[in-house]
Amino acid sequence: MCLAIPGQIVSLGPEPHLAVVEISKVRRQVNVDLLQGEALAAGDWVLIHVGFAMTRISDREAVEQLRLLAMLGEDEQAMRELEGYSFDEIR
Amino acid sequence: MKYVDEFRDPALIGHAADEIRRLAAIDRQFRIMEVCGGHTHAIYRFGLHELLPSNVELIHGPGCPVCVLPMGRMDAGLSLALEHGAIFTSFGDVMRVPGRNGTPLQHMARGVDVRMVYSPLDALEIARRHPSRHVVFFAIGFETTAPSTALTIVRARALGVPNFSVLSNHVTILPAIKAVLDSPDMRLDGFIGPGHVSTVIGSRPYQFIARHYRKPVVVTGFEPLDLLQGIAMLLRQLREGRAEVENQYARVVSDNGNQPALRALDQVFELRTFFEWRGLGFISQSALKIRAEYAQWDAERRFDVPAIDVADPVAAQCGEVLKGVLKPSQCKLFARECTPERPVGALMVSSEGACAAYYSHL
Repeated sequence: MCLAIPGQIVSLGPEPHLAVVEISKVRRQVNVDLLQGEALAAGDWVLIHVGFAMTRISDREAVEQLRLLAMLGEDEQAMRELEGYSFDEIR
Repeated sequence: MKYVDEFRDPALIGHAADEIRRLAAIDRQFRIMEVCGGHTHAIYRFGLHELLPSNVELIHGPGCPVCVLPMGRMDAGLSLALEHGAIFTSFGDVMRVPGRNGTPLQHMARGVDVRMVYSPLDALEIARRHPSRHVVFFAIGFETTAPSTALTIVRARALGVPNFSVLSNHVTILPAIKAVLDSPDMRLDGFIGPGHVSTVIGSRPYQFIARHYRKPVVVTGFEPLDLLQGIAMLLRQLREGRAEVENQYARVVSDNGNQPALRALDQVFELRTFFEWRGLGFISQSALKIRAEYAQWDAERRFDVPAIDVADPVAAQCGEVLKGVLKPSQCKLFARECTPERPVGALMVSSEGACAAYYSHL
């Protein structure tokens, strides 16, 4: 739960608190309420905790964070977490 | 991608280690606490403790959420499934924490409806899919996860989900650091400040540690080079007689933190008068309870949640390890009765617990 997973925003919306992020070809919906006022755009990288984007980070920091997860042996766990997000508020 | 190579460069690691040796080359001990369990995990994983001179000692702090959770809270959470037929949901780390009658996973094996989720929003989704069942989310974590729980409760109200509630075990890091500082056997010289917690609260709230206790704090990242630089910055402050809050992790952590997250915390939670921490005892104003406005989604208000007092196994010395008085290997049960496969104490459960980190990199 303390993992910070980097994800790249693919698209924003359809509701203002949602975005679709991608890492390693896996796409999941995350909540972006904690980044209100950040003027997010597709292509931006964010750090995700338990389904919520928490911090906007640079491309460089995203690469470093991905490598750090691999070095810590937590990259598979991070992917399982991302794939495990099953909330879908659009219905 | 030069910057990646730069961080990987063993020469830079060697340079930082040399700088630490130079700064530590006087006749005294330096006892530094890394507050956050993520740092503990990284330190052992990368073998950083082996790069330090013998008079620089790293003490593992209370920043591992499942490690500081009293066993009675686990039983209280499981009682909602056992006695009220609720679906018990929580994060994977919680699934292996023993209560008096076993872990949530063991309850699942006995047929109790226990489900692992990766996000509190997943727990809310389960409630929406099972309108005839009650779903409780066993919420745990410091300021890193508490805003997510807060926003999930706000969503539950906005969506009008009546069959969902949260059992809040959220704790806040500053009172725990203060409890460690006020402990009579405290012999710490400085702190490696948490990384992800600080993205929420910012680096400013640690000022009291520098001002009142005259101990330096360096908020630090998780890369090997980050940690070595953070330690060097602490040693430099100590050698120069300074006690300041410095931010080694400024590429992610700001002075003022994440304002929407802090607003969400304030909107949904208030401080409990006191809360029990495993190993540290009762600490005042150290945990978050759900405000009365959100009572409908507060498991403690909706159900008769028992206050179960379960003493830790007498032989386990989790408290002494948590306060940094003992090293994990000095506990009588370490690697004998207590292992990551069969944890007795919570410090052996999570990979961020001091004992599990120590064990897996022996």
